[in-house]
Amino acid sequence: MDQEKTFRNQVKKIYRLLIILFSLFVITGGGLVYYMVNPDIFDNKSKTVIAIPADIDEDLIENGIHVRTGLVNAEGLMTVVNNCTNCHSSKLVTQNRMTTERWNETIKWMQETQNLWDLGKNQDIIVNYLVTNYPPIAKGRRMVLKDINWYELSN
Amino acid sequence: MKRRDFVKKATLSSFATLIGTELVFGSQMLKGYTPLALQDPDPFKMFNKNKEMIVLNDKPWNIEAQAHLLDDKITPNSCMFIRNNGLIPENIDPKEWSLTIDGESVKNKKIYTLAELKSKFKHHSYQLTLECGGNGRSEFDPPAKGNQWTVGAVHCASWTGIRLRDILEDVGIKNDAVYIGYHATDKHLSMDPNKEPISRGCPMSKALQDETILAFKMNGEDIPVVHGYPLRLVAGGWPASVSGKWVNRISVRNKIHDGTKMTGTAYRVPCKPVAPGEKVKDEDMCIIESMPVKSIITYPKTGALISKGKSLNIRGHAWAGELEVSKMEYSIDFGSTWKTCSLEKPSNRLAWQHFSASVNFPKPGYYEVWARATDTNSIAQPMLLPGWNPKGYLNNACHRIAIKVK
Repeated sequence: MDQEKTFRNQVKKIYRLLIILFSLFVITGGGLVYYMVNPDIFDNKSKTVIAIPADIDEDLIENGIHVRTGLVNAEGLMTVVNNCTNCHSSKLVTQNRMTTERWNETIKWMQETQNLWDLGKNQDIIVNYLVTNYPPIAKGRRMVLKDINWYELSN
Repeated sequence: MKRRDFVKKATLSSFATLIGTELVFGSQMLKGYTPLALQDPDPFKMFNKNKEMIVLNDKPWNIEAQAHLLDDKITPNSCMFIRNNGLIPENIDPKEWSLTIDGESVKNKKIYTLAELKSKFKHHSYQLTLECGGNGRSEFDPPAKGNQWTVGAVHCASWTGIRLRDILEDVGIKNDAVYIGYHATDKHLSMDPNKEPISRGCPMSKALQDETILAFKMNGEDIPVVHGYPLRLVAGGWPASVSGKWVNRISVRNKIHDGTKMTGTAYRVPCKPVAPGEKVKDEDMCIIESMPVKSIITYPKTGALISKGKSLNIRGHAWAGELEVSKMEYSIDFGSTWKTCSLEKPSNRLAWQHFSASVNFPKPGYYEVWARATDTNSIAQPMLLPGWNPKGYLNNACHRIAIKVK
């Protein structure tokens, strides 16, 4: 009698274990199938928590400006981007307004002291881009005050 | 492969090395998400700067103030300009930091740990005016090469440290010493380890002044990394490039120091005056020493609209390199007449001085308030640009603000 009871209990235990295992299998399998159908599920989840808006396209041009560097989109743009924004920021380029002669001198100085490579045929393309799009502005001995943001001051 | 993607992938694989496993979904992450460590940095957060500071350059970092941001008597970190020639050092360990004193004119080379410097020598605090040699460069015509600073590359913070003289005396210097030159841990933009971004210095007479210090505190706290933590040479009144950041070696030279940016045209002006745009040979360029007399109106911000019949209180700072400012004036009629401002004495030598005045306008209309400082040698600021020079240094022309009276 006792032996039979014990045997039945063991069978029940095994039966329960099998059900649990089978349920787990079904759940996991279902989950995997769902993931195969909706592969973005984890992506979306992480986006809502930590994702930051997508990185800007490296070559994106908006309103005539190369977004990544702020340089004007014109003939020679990518030659300038590829040769002039490796060591320093494009901001150093756009801040400076020089003539052909002075740009050539500046390039020579960068080659002599700053490890700039030989630009070959690209030098003319680069300098032409710079003097065309960033020409010197005549400032005289003193400019008028510009871009004043007027505001009320209760003194 | 696009460069940034390559960097991302390389970084991801090093993350994987760090945590000893592949990043699950790492390749999917690339699509829409840039790990925090790889994002374009926000300089205002990174350097604790006021949002109104102007970024001139982000590689290397160069950031300037606007006039109204410099209103404090002692400039807080948030409004101090940043000037870098190279890349800011990373992973600085103050416990490992040492300062070597060497060069032809030391009796024996000596090395001090940072802790030794702090404990062995007496501490001194000074308010010191540091102005970039190229402050105001943007106004030169023909334009000069370099960062186009307007008016905000100047500050006067309180620096605490030890006198360079005390250390040099402890080391022992020979009679033939002429110049000191600093060396630091910043990296050259080209990443060439054999190049120093900048290594300048000053003659012994300046090096031995009471106020020439090796600072480890700025405004009472550790110097921010971008301003030279853990050790900065501070030599007030001279181009700020003499005040080397992240200094780990000082060479006592028996000749004028010949480090990077000491030679050629860097921090030099023509020895004799030249016409605008004229070419100047390297040998005809002379090293800038003391900065010229200058002032800035820090209140009100330019563009104030005020009511008729009300007086306008203005204030600001004035400085004169090695000298003191003896007189401060303002004009509301483009220099036809000048009125005197009240002017405070400097809190110590080489600190900027504070001025203020109450300005009355005769009738409604557009005005400019111009400020002019005069130094103890009776040299005043010019209203026009001073002598043109190839690199656009030393523009000490009068500062002015626009005012409308209704």
